[in-house]
Amino acid sequence: MNSAEQPSRDSSERPRGFLRSYVFSVDHKVVGLQYLFLALLAVTAGIILSLLMRLHLAWPEVHLPFVHGGVMLPEQYLALVTMHGTIMVFFVLTTAPQNAFGNYFLPIQIGAPEMAFPRLNSISFWLTCVAFFCLLAAFFVPAGAPISGWTAYTPLSGLGDVTGSGEGAGQTIWIVSILIFCIASILSAVNFISTTIDMRAPGMTLMRMPLTVWAWFVTAILSLLAFCVLLAAGILLLLDRNFGTSFFLPAGLVVNDQLQAHSGGSPLLWQHLFWFFGHPEVYIAILPGMGVVSHVLANFSRKPVFGYKAMALAICAIGFLGFLVWGHHMFVSGMSPYSSLTFSVLTMSIGVPSAIKTFNWVGTIWGGKIQFKTPMLFAVGFVSLFVTGGLSGIFLAQPALDNMLHATYYVVAHFHIVMGVASVFGLFAATYYWFPKMFGRMMNETLAKAHFWLTFAGTYCIFMPMHFIGIVGEPRRYAEFSALDYATALEPLHRFITIAAFVTAAAQLIFFWNFFRSMRRGEKAPINPWNATTLEWITASPPPLDNFNGRYPTVYRGPYEYSVPGATEDFIPQNAAGDETERRPSNDR
Amino acid sequence: MQSFRASFAGQGGATGALRASGREEGSAAPAAILALLLTILVLATIYIFAARLFLPPAAITSIGLQVDHQYLLTLCATGAVFVLAQLALALTVFRFRDHGQPVRFSRGNIAMEVVWTAATMAVFLGLGMSGRKAWAETRFAAPAADVVQVEVTENQFDYSFRYPGADGKFGRLVPEMISPATGNPLGLDENDPGGKDDIVTASLTVPVNRPVELLIRAQDVIHNFFVRELRLQQDAVPGMIVPLNFTATTIGRYEIVCTQLCGMEHHRMHSYLNVVSDADYRVFLARQAAPQ
Repeated sequence: MNSAEQPSRDSSERPRGFLRSYVFSVDHKVVGLQYLFLALLAVTAGIILSLLMRLHLAWPEVHLPFVHGGVMLPEQYLALVTMHGTIMVFFVLTTAPQNAFGNYFLPIQIGAPEMAFPRLNSISFWLTCVAFFCLLAAFFVPAGAPISGWTAYTPLSGLGDVTGSGEGAGQTIWIVSILIFCIASILSAVNFISTTIDMRAPGMTLMRMPLTVWAWFVTAILSLLAFCVLLAAGILLLLDRNFGTSFFLPAGLVVNDQLQAHSGGSPLLWQHLFWFFGHPEVYIAILPGMGVVSHVLANFSRKPVFGYKAMALAICAIGFLGFLVWGHHMFVSGMSPYSSLTFSVLTMSIGVPSAIKTFNWVGTIWGGKIQFKTPMLFAVGFVSLFVTGGLSGIFLAQPALDNMLHATYYVVAHFHIVMGVASVFGLFAATYYWFPKMFGRMMNETLAKAHFWLTFAGTYCIFMPMHFIGIVGEPRRYAEFSALDYATALEPLHRFITIAAFVTAAAQLIFFWNFFRSMRRGEKAPINPWNATTLEWITASPPPLDNFNGRYPTVYRGPYEYSVPGATEDFIPQNAAGDETERRPSNDR
Repeated sequence: MQSFRASFAGQGGATGALRASGREEGSAAPAAILALLLTILVLATIYIFAARLFLPPAAITSIGLQVDHQYLLTLCATGAVFVLAQLALALTVFRFRDHGQPVRFSRGNIAMEVVWTAATMAVFLGLGMSGRKAWAETRFAAPAADVVQVEVTENQFDYSFRYPGADGKFGRLVPEMISPATGNPLGLDENDPGGKDDIVTASLTVPVNRPVELLIRAQDVIHNFFVRELRLQQDAVPGMIVPLNFTATTIGRYEIVCTQLCGMEHHRMHSYLNVVSDADYRVFLARQAAPQ
């Protein structure tokens, strides 16, 4: 498609009625915002659940207002663990980085008017929404939400309520919710891949795509392949529970003195299938954030991304290798120890492209002229957190050390720092960066900075101590520590973590206040407040329905032309033709 | 030319929140605070590790000491990278804050990419290789001739330990015969003569300095067997029997905990490993074998 062709939809054609404009809109920008608001709702729920968990761990005897009966029971704690993990991993970290910002900005950044399949896009969102409310329903069945963790290992999750409270209807609802989510994700991935391959504007070669687009594209491929496997695994689990099959259940199971009528299945099969999905899933959660960080670091350092090609290749390498390492979640699972060594080598090797990205981020900032706006602060914070979280992974990648650290708080520290903090910092960077474009208004910079400082210090205070708790050997998913001889010495540390968690959670109110207030009352935003180079910054804030008002750009240069020697401005937009040293006539302003 | 001009139409160049040239007011403060926070992070972390504030208990096997050695090696390598990376970040954000300086333009440096990629690969693969032995010896090695075999059965929510008794044979287990109420929690087949002298206990007693092989299994859901002092843990998976080998070198009582989420009482599921002298072990076996 070249800029002379008219888009299939006239830019003046607007959908009629509230439902078509805002609820069932097929405009990718509206869909992106819908995902963003769903993720904000989900993260609020997820944080509340985690605060209840932390309260209980620090002060187990305290009566809690929301808990039926006052003092939290172990099954209630485990239900919180399960639902917190499920909500955060699926409905925050899989939706927001990819589907909120990706949906909004992928088409615009490649110069396209729309996603490849707009109606499918809207369906994906609504299925995700249905999945979310279906999941929440698990809290309201009589026996409560499932207690098997977001990982739902069998046979604990495969036999029904004989294994524990919440394993009946609660677990079934959980599985159904996840299946719906899988379908939504697969459809969305198809959209992203098709759009990126087919709908780039003239001149937008692969090597001129912003790194955000690379990240969304590779993430979509991971999503497509990984969610298919989870979908299959979830169906098999449902069959085991409700239709008498035995995919994951061996013979001779005796639960509560009752012999179970299953045979021939393997609990390890569930783990293989789940983690074959589960490991790419964590890269789905982090890759878009990596793209945003590269993008933001370049913008606010006024320098190109250091080693753009290596960065794009590293995204692809991380995506590819991400499919080969799932067994590192299973070193002590009973899997062959030879397999463990193989997975260990592969896992260590995935550290290489990750390290390349980290070096190149520092290389991007080095020699720059850094403007410390809040998107930049969160991007730098991401780099620090990714270093910390990535390095703790080196310990876990070795089976010999996993003997000591598996299923302890060390693992909890590791995945929270990379997923719960770094990935979320990527989301904050994206939000602060693109807010002016999405809403046509600026966020309050003072509140934004306050939010950053409290969150950066706060999250480190929450999760660094967990490494030490794990090194001492305290297991995870424990409702209480009273039965553990060596846990009493760790109680002060748990209380410190809980206090830090409450302070940090309170700091997020600053963000919410700033976000919603600025939507209505923020200072009006110019088209390009950050003097950025990529295509979303050449169109209005917010963009018109077809993104470019009919005047589709032709791309002449790469995405990070900052401070190019000889140029008149310290940035050159991607669609700027001609000699970069050309002086612009003064009547152009 | 046309599109170049057109793309600038309406751009908020002069009114944008970022100035293309000139100094941004007050950028020294965020830079300084960020650098300071990163430095505090590094110093606090170094202190906590150097002062050895949080340590697991001492290892009681020689392989456990190898695991500790590998842990220390990994800690040194990753610790060095952690310190250097965080401080490099701190230094960079502070040094290159906008104070009116020109940008040092660069698109990258292939030589540097090659060097740091190779260095990273060498460190990571080196660490991976050096940790192989500590894993292999507990998982691959065939047990010695005088090995003490103990079968570990886990269920919601306790541990049972079965010794083969004087005949050295484990009796057959039949799930249908499991009946804790009548004193047969493991489902020992009464008709199997090999099981007549089997000893079943609630805690694990082993002799010091003798190779021990645990045969780990589960009755209902996945559990786990973890002893910190052994530097060993292993999931107990229904339908499988997983061997685990160790030789304890220090007499004492050590806690066994379950680390694999197994249900509502997961946090209460624990037992004890008693490492005793040879003499005490013989006494233990004799006392257990005596008719009740």
